[in-house]
Amino acid sequence: MSGAPSVLYDAPGPKAKARNLVYSLIFAAVLVLIAYLVIDKLAEKNQLTGDKWRPFAEGGTWTTFILPGLGYTLLIAVLSIVIALPVGAFFGIARLSDHKAVRTLAGIVVEFFRAIPVLILMIFANEFYSEYTDVDSDNRVLFAAVTGLVLYNASVLAEVVRAGILSLPKGQTEAASALGLRKTQTMTNVLLPQAVAAMLPAIVSQLVVILKDTALAGGALSVPDLLRSANVISGNFGNTIPVYIVIGVIYVVLNFILTSFASWLQKRMSRRKKAPKGAQPLLDAPSQITTTTGAGGTGTL
Amino acid sequence: MFDFLGEYDILGAFWMTIQLAVLSAVGSLIWGTILAGMRVSPVPIMRGFGTAYVNVVRNTPLTVLIFFCSIGLASTLNFNLAATDSPSFIVDNNFRLAVLGFVLYTSTFVCESLRSGINTVPVGQAEAARALGLGFTQVLRIIVLPQAFRSVIAPLASVLIALIKNTTVASVIGVAEASLLMSEMIENESDAIILVFAVFALGFVLLTLPVGLLLGWVAKKVAVKR
Repeated sequence: MSGAPSVLYDAPGPKAKARNLVYSLIFAAVLVLIAYLVIDKLAEKNQLTGDKWRPFAEGGTWTTFILPGLGYTLLIAVLSIVIALPVGAFFGIARLSDHKAVRTLAGIVVEFFRAIPVLILMIFANEFYSEYTDVDSDNRVLFAAVTGLVLYNASVLAEVVRAGILSLPKGQTEAASALGLRKTQTMTNVLLPQAVAAMLPAIVSQLVVILKDTALAGGALSVPDLLRSANVISGNFGNTIPVYIVIGVIYVVLNFILTSFASWLQKRMSRRKKAPKGAQPLLDAPSQITTTTGAGGTGTL
Repeated sequence: MFDFLGEYDILGAFWMTIQLAVLSAVGSLIWGTILAGMRVSPVPIMRGFGTAYVNVVRNTPLTVLIFFCSIGLASTLNFNLAATDSPSFIVDNNFRLAVLGFVLYTSTFVCESLRSGINTVPVGQAEAARALGLGFTQVLRIIVLPQAFRSVIAPLASVLIALIKNTTVASVIGVAEASLLMSEMIENESDAIILVFAVFALGFVLLTLPVGLLLGWVAKKVAVKR
């Protein structure tokens, strides 16, 4: 929200100012009342006493539970994005192929994996590895989590890459072929670098999705990630609410940093490249809604 | 080889998925619209609350929210959404807690879509409305939101599709929807896991594909021509 008054209302006059103040007070009173009810309930259930919070002041809790869990969460997220990016780029390019068979096949694969919930993919991958491979069970859940995330996010990223390449001016391809570049050279030397640069904000936003989805692995496959370590801590100390608040804050802070980084990148990119023609947004437009076609829906949830 | 499929209530599981999705969608639409109204309102504290809510909840993993609703709200704080003495208490309570979690989470995306839709309404519309003497709520309700809704049907369809897929997360608190049945079947019928996966994958494709196509068509149909 910028400093200028919104289109929806004028700069307030004295009467409107007084009215807004009344609304503010009423709303604040409601918020305070809710906060009071919550705190009262928490206190009644002994969730606010010092010893429920004490574990978080001790280094042991962090080094034994939270940090290893966080490490696992980050490991899954980083592995998934590192594998999903090239796979996604491959399928995105394949969907733009000159050969109809390649195009159709890549399209089917991408739309299929975008339409299926990540959790279903993870559960299936877990059972598949246990049935057909001899990965030991500790690594199996990790493999399954990464497999599920890669299949889903690679197909989302494929759409991102495809949209990125399609958004480039036609002259780029024409100039490249005038220079005598082959199709592969045009793609790898001219189109792809520009598309990836333009799509960098969308790719960073996708990291947020992956980071949030890693919690599925902790919830359903018992990967020892941040969420799982929360359950272990609350089992040890009986401090469910404080634990969820603490790990919730960790997730929110991590994702908020990524989201802010993505929108900073977006601003930077759009400053360097002239913004596309069209209506200027009135408020700061949320940059979250991207690729919206097909059964997969948005990749940002 | 398809015989064993009849032993499981696959349709029932998908019916549960559909119920979760529909109830959560309605709830998210209502709460998301209220949040969007707060975020564009002239009252600073409402804007602040809307912004804080959206940023915090959107960045929390859905799984954490669902666990929090079940373990935090229900088990620890005894905040139950069903009558404790009813015979189907556990099933009802988990179902309603899951819907609560989905509404809390999905409404942030509804809110952000709507807010971007509000941005597509030309300034002149609101100015003209104000010149007619309409107040903020009237401008929002009569002039801006109807146009905004029509322009965000496609993004809202994406949110709905994501919600349908997200309902699988309810399985972590034991709601008997499709993914829970799949993990049960995949364990019992370990020689046919690919077939089981194919059945459930097809189920989700059948749920999401028509929604995308239908709402895509509606979005084109009702788009505000400018």
